[in-house]
Amino acid sequence: MNLDELHKAVETQQQADDKFQHHVHVCTSTGCAALNSEKVIEALQTELVKQGQQKTCRVRSVGCSGLCAIGPLVRVRASESHGIDADQAGAAADAAETLYQQVGPQDAAEIVASLNDKPVERLTFSIDQPFFKQQTKVVLENCGEVDPEHIEDYIGHGGYSALLKVLTEMTPAQVIDQLTQSGLRGRGGAGFPTGVKWATVAKSAGEQKYVICNGDEGDPGAFMDRSVMEGDPHRIIEGMIIAGYAVGATQGYIYVRAEYGLAVKRLRIAIRHAERNGFLGKSVCGTALNFSIDIRLGAGAFVCGEETALISSIEGNRGTPRPRPPFPAVSGLWGCPTLLNNVETFANIAPILNKGAAWFAGIGTEKSKGTKVFALVGQIANAGLIEVPMGMSLRTIIFDIGGGIPNGRTFKAVQTGGPSGGCIPEHLLDMPVDYESLNKVGTIMGSGGMIVMDDTTSMVDVARYYMEFCMDESCGKCVPCRVGTVQMHHLLNKFSEGKATPIDMNKLEGLCDLVKHTSLCGLGQTAPNPVISTLRYFRKEYEDKMTVP
Amino acid sequence: MNTNDKRYKLLDATMRRHGYSGNAVIESLHTAQQAYGYLDLDVLRTVAHALKLPPSKVYGVATFYNLFSLKPNGEHTCVVCTGTACYIKGAPRILEGIEANLHLKPGMTTLDNKVSLLQARCFGSCALAPVITIDSDVVGQNTPENVVARIQHLMELETVGQKDKVTP
Repeated sequence: MNLDELHKAVETQQQADDKFQHHVHVCTSTGCAALNSEKVIEALQTELVKQGQQKTCRVRSVGCSGLCAIGPLVRVRASESHGIDADQAGAAADAAETLYQQVGPQDAAEIVASLNDKPVERLTFSIDQPFFKQQTKVVLENCGEVDPEHIEDYIGHGGYSALLKVLTEMTPAQVIDQLTQSGLRGRGGAGFPTGVKWATVAKSAGEQKYVICNGDEGDPGAFMDRSVMEGDPHRIIEGMIIAGYAVGATQGYIYVRAEYGLAVKRLRIAIRHAERNGFLGKSVCGTALNFSIDIRLGAGAFVCGEETALISSIEGNRGTPRPRPPFPAVSGLWGCPTLLNNVETFANIAPILNKGAAWFAGIGTEKSKGTKVFALVGQIANAGLIEVPMGMSLRTIIFDIGGGIPNGRTFKAVQTGGPSGGCIPEHLLDMPVDYESLNKVGTIMGSGGMIVMDDTTSMVDVARYYMEFCMDESCGKCVPCRVGTVQMHHLLNKFSEGKATPIDMNKLEGLCDLVKHTSLCGLGQTAPNPVISTLRYFRKEYEDKMTVP
Repeated sequence: MNTNDKRYKLLDATMRRHGYSGNAVIESLHTAQQAYGYLDLDVLRTVAHALKLPPSKVYGVATFYNLFSLKPNGEHTCVVCTGTACYIKGAPRILEGIEANLHLKPGMTTLDNKVSLLQARCFGSCALAPVITIDSDVVGQNTPENVVARIQHLMELETVGQKDKVTP
């Protein structure tokens, strides 16, 4: 597909959309699908035919729209706002949009009947509240808007225009330059500047180079990457093709957890559609670029989120890490220079190139640019998926967007970064969420899991839970991690059972320090973090559980 | 191994698609597990032979990854998620409830071979925590009582060819 054909496709798609007066979007991501949203679609379609509305209303199966806890979610929008400039349409679109919560197949008749009338009040969930108003959607802008199984829908929403712009107007160096200027940092957790990584791979000598997308979201309690892969798979593919052009790679791999069945299915469909439309394969969009993408399935190993372990797994080995350097950018998959980025990082590429580095750099804080997607879960009223600008305070995220702590309980701590991160107590809630601030208080950004805990949660148990996780997931290659995590888990058990002594406390702190500084890879180096941070902020809970000899 | 077996043909198709390359061992084991239900030594040996790898290497890969199972499961499976969000929202109490009422611990199968209880790291449906899956259906917002009831329901299902789907 070349530029003219793309413009034509966008036009056809918009004309097709304009024929409908109403658009009904039903979330079919894993969360809502678990609550039977597929049945809701079937029921809606049957009702449309029954009530003679099938030519005026289009039902779309879309990705996650955020509030998974009250699914299945159904969004109804009138067509008026379509085609108007997004800014002007803002108010009009809000007024013309209704969100229904906990919709069942039995509600379909009422919803269809209400299309030309007032919304069904008993199902309506107000969109005029902080959960929706305070979010800034960049990565998730298409989630809940496009049908992930139809490439035409993605193209109609401006998809693949960044790719064509890059291929026709920019040199690889200019692409990397834009990324560097945008200030985008890796969304996998460590926050390495993306532009620098791309430049390193581009500079590395080698005939064959690879691009890998890390979709091995092993952090328990996090589902940002799953939602993007399920809700907007083409966005990731577009980002990877641009990466291939910029660094000179011809083959890409998406490494996905096998547990994410729906994400795998939708990525496979998306790859096939992209191939059919000439975005993937030999001579991409009629240019000299060749680029293909294959999917590789993980098999349930947390350590495979570490880049060298992931590469080892793609090569068909046990997923064990190796010492760096050499970094994968120089010597990665099968010894070739390899660009490895997270799902969310790739999802940021197309908007940056479409709207410019300056636009992206205008969002966020001085050192952390853009937005971040978080999975806000645990003891929180509005559990779900959110995207906020970097630098927003934790208090705003938890109490405004998240709606605070339910069941009349009070807030105790929020955990970010999963088993590699730490807990943040109440008195630090006003700090901004960015890479540096989180590091300062002893946790990490991580991939974006944010687990809220109320006053019933025992922090010693939380630390023990994470240590058990790291102990199970340690690959066993290096001694500090393999033995250290077992010993720390043993000590934390003693605390939990109230049998620990001051000597155990000394041992625990010593081990934290040892494992942190001597382990081979990120898993071991960060495994003590949950213990260190709970000891720092909730030491009294440990002391209360000690026996005095 | 019977090479005329339909299940073997599925496995062979995957290996062929990857050109019987040694790199395809994880992909091949995924297909083998889907086809045979679990990976017995015979299957592992077949994969090793076809991909020209030492059996020790295939065994090493199969035992490294949590998703590969070297022993068969019961007719139905109930998987309790023990990811962080589910843990905070009561997954341990669900496991305790199952153990107290049905004497099942994760990794065990009922004596009549009807239901296997497993635990998983995270399904990524954290907003619905605590989450379980019954066969392949995800069920959210559980209590110990309803999970026990669901497992009991599975135990009462007829052992016929068709797998009855449980509606939530």
